[in-house]
Amino acid sequence: MPTFWLVALLIALSAVGFYGGRRRAIATAGGDVKELHSLPSYYGYHVALAAFVPAIAALAIWLLAQPMFVETRVSGMIPSEAVPESSTLGLVMSDVRRVAEGLDLAVEQGLLTAREARNAVGGEQDLRALMGDVGVALGNEVRPEVLAAAQTYRNLSHTGRTAMTVVVALLALGGFAWAYSRSHKDFRARNVVERAVLALLILAASLAILTTIGIVLSMLFETKNFFGLHSWTDFFFGTTWAPNFRGDSDLSILPLLWGTLYISFIALLVAVPVGLFAAIYLSEYASGAVRAFAKPLLEILAGIPTIVYGLFALLTVGPALANLFSKGGLLGVEWMAGATSVLTAGLVMGIMLIPFVSSLSDDIINAVPQAMRDGSLGLGATKSETVRQVVMPAALPGIVGAVLLAASRAIGETMIVVMGAGAIAKFSANPLESMTTITTRIVSQLTGDTDFASPETLVAFALGLTLFVLTLGLNVLALYIVRKYREQYD
Amino acid sequence: MTDLSQSPAGAEPRKHGGSLLQQTSHTKKRNAAETRFKAYGIAAIAAGLLMLVILVTTIVGKGTGAFQQTFVTLNVELLEAKLDKKGNRDLADIKKVTTFGYAPIIKGAMEAAVADLGIETSLKPKQLAGILSKDVAAQLRDYVIANPDQIGQTVEFRFLASGRVDGYLKGRVTRDSIANDKNISPEQLDLVDALAAAGVLEKTFNLDFITGADASDARPEAAGIGVAMLGSLFMMLVVLALALPIGVAASIYLEEFAPQNWLTDMIEVNISNLAAVPSIVFGILGLAVFINYMHLPTSAPLVGGLVLTLMTLPTIIISTRASLKSVPPSIRDAALGVGASKMQAVFHHVLPLAAPGILTGTIIGLAQALGETAPLLLIGMVGFIASNAPETLADGLLAPNSAMPAQIYEWAKRADPAFYERAWGGIIILLIFLVTMNTFAVILRRRFERRW
Repeated sequence: MPTFWLVALLIALSAVGFYGGRRRAIATAGGDVKELHSLPSYYGYHVALAAFVPAIAALAIWLLAQPMFVETRVSGMIPSEAVPESSTLGLVMSDVRRVAEGLDLAVEQGLLTAREARNAVGGEQDLRALMGDVGVALGNEVRPEVLAAAQTYRNLSHTGRTAMTVVVALLALGGFAWAYSRSHKDFRARNVVERAVLALLILAASLAILTTIGIVLSMLFETKNFFGLHSWTDFFFGTTWAPNFRGDSDLSILPLLWGTLYISFIALLVAVPVGLFAAIYLSEYASGAVRAFAKPLLEILAGIPTIVYGLFALLTVGPALANLFSKGGLLGVEWMAGATSVLTAGLVMGIMLIPFVSSLSDDIINAVPQAMRDGSLGLGATKSETVRQVVMPAALPGIVGAVLLAASRAIGETMIVVMGAGAIAKFSANPLESMTTITTRIVSQLTGDTDFASPETLVAFALGLTLFVLTLGLNVLALYIVRKYREQYD
Repeated sequence: MTDLSQSPAGAEPRKHGGSLLQQTSHTKKRNAAETRFKAYGIAAIAAGLLMLVILVTTIVGKGTGAFQQTFVTLNVELLEAKLDKKGNRDLADIKKVTTFGYAPIIKGAMEAAVADLGIETSLKPKQLAGILSKDVAAQLRDYVIANPDQIGQTVEFRFLASGRVDGYLKGRVTRDSIANDKNISPEQLDLVDALAAAGVLEKTFNLDFITGADASDARPEAAGIGVAMLGSLFMMLVVLALALPIGVAASIYLEEFAPQNWLTDMIEVNISNLAAVPSIVFGILGLAVFINYMHLPTSAPLVGGLVLTLMTLPTIIISTRASLKSVPPSIRDAALGVGASKMQAVFHHVLPLAAPGILTGTIIGLAQALGETAPLLLIGMVGFIASNAPETLADGLLAPNSAMPAQIYEWAKRADPAFYERAWGGIIILLIFLVTMNTFAVILRRRFERRW
């Protein structure tokens, strides 16, 4: 694992740099620390940072950029007529990568010498069998142009790795030498080190922006590819969802959106009344002891992982509902076909959202000024009248914001719907039927054997982007409302 | 004013000078409404707590069974004629005997045990052996390969009973429920009863569930969560190593150094939005960037850790900023006053004082990451059997593995109900971890948090 050793080397070098820089600075001051501009350790940090930071940055950038560079160079080598009718460039490229990886593995396991692997041109050896021996399964025989591309791929990757090691080592040594030569008693080491640390802090903070850009770009590119293969009008306005791995699928978001919204609606129907009344009771009626007891217990519900709720829906709530409503059930009706249904997922998701609604509303109700309550009580209103006619209207915008936040949670929730909602995309008003949601379809389209050139897989990215935009919109709106409301009483 | 305050308070004037102590119908209605309203509140709290109680009792009730397993103690004669025909104890020859070759030995051992105990049964040897797990032959073979000198001797073994037998002893499988079951017959259950009465077959604590690896669909009795636990551990190491330093650095910048400008605003807006992005979107990001673009290995804990790092960062940043903010400005002023630079004031004084709060936030963020499942589905941490525990750090980070919540999901998807018990048991273990982490965070906060 050369990258690992490279990093270890960098760490060792900067450790040496720390002591070296420090000693040299003290030496230039004739051993008298008071002569130095900065504290001695700053000279050490200076050399250590100069040796470590540029080199590790170069390493990171190189590791990110090299695959892209190699990919473009190699895919340029494959002529478009070499791509079979039923296949795409992307598939051929994944073959190329697998052959290259197989050759590397064969060398590693001693089945081929490095020279043999370099000179392998197919024909005389059965490459496919060889690949099978090292655990790389190939769909068909290795074609000469694929093999040639794979060889170039290996060469480029190998040269790239070597060049990377050299560049990183040179940068580290160069930084070390440069900083070391500057370690002099009059050098303002602290100022330089502090500027560098500040730059690192800014970099860390910018990672949040980078993540958002990463999310948007990664989904945007694949969504663009998807709309190249599938019409966007069908995606947004079509009414059937029927992925078909032979191609020619109906992929429209509307049935999924319906399932998502229906389940979220039921979840809110459970969570909002319970959560809101719990918040009102806790903030207006409960004694300190009750509050200290009930509030943390309710919040445990929020800390339980969603997989637990999912299992609860799949194995407890679903079968219980089926016992009531399905054929041969206790109620003697035949409304439910299996254990998965909109109601199953909605109920369980509602339980999950109770503490979310209650703690947000609790904060908001507590923010209503006490003077308003006192005024109302002073006029002779009962406590409940005060809550209904004074506190609630005042807190309403904030509570709407809380409900919107809960709705955005419900829309983006995955495990509960994957395990409790079912897999059938349809428009139906019966909450006892199983329906499917955006998140479950993302999971099912992206797990298992996926081919990143087919619209059936790429549609997941379009769904993801829609989900992202939807939840983001709800959150921004909710935060805006809550903030506006807070300003009102601050 | 005194006149006014003595007059009746209601909107309607009191009729015919009735007593203040006597409630009018209107007051009664208002008081009833008040009681009702309060009752709604109590009902809501009770409903929430009831859900919690139901959830916890379901988990405990269904999951504790996974920690017990049925074992059969048998004396097995390791016949030389079957295991080492040439008799030269050559390991290569012994290894040639496949698990099929061990079947007659197991059948023989069962027959002998039944005969010794004087149990009358009409079952054939194959059906006798059917109450044992399909894992037994492999267990025996591993033992023989490790101890070739034992061939020809009679050794006492503790074998796993099959999932159906285990279910029978735990009450999950009944004589009614096996009417159409090919895997077990009522006669076999009679045998199980007899063996249990003789003490050969018993239910004991099952350490293998906690330390073992997942098993294939046909062997629910052999499945364990240990390897997945290691996968989770390695992911948490990655999260801790990346999210803590990056999160603290970002918070220090935003809280202590950032000027009021568009860049700072942009970063703040991004952080608060990322905190609310659905976790599955982070899974898509991980799939697109780390696996499709950077070609990191699928199913590797390293990738899972990277994705969870991005997901946990906002949580850690938000709590770290809160604890930095709670350090009073006088600390900074004092440090600056005695000649520290701003950087020194922050790193030498503010950060150590904020450390308990930062650690608490980090632990809570880690606990959240530990229970997260959805992004792991997309980067391929389900759908295969991680059979070996990783041996080195690099292996642990890069070799395909599962994680605790992903393993639970995997079991929940399987057809045999014996796996459901395992899934609930896995949840108990997961929750024990989460409770421990959260308790630790609370203790840390109680112990070290300073109120200024």
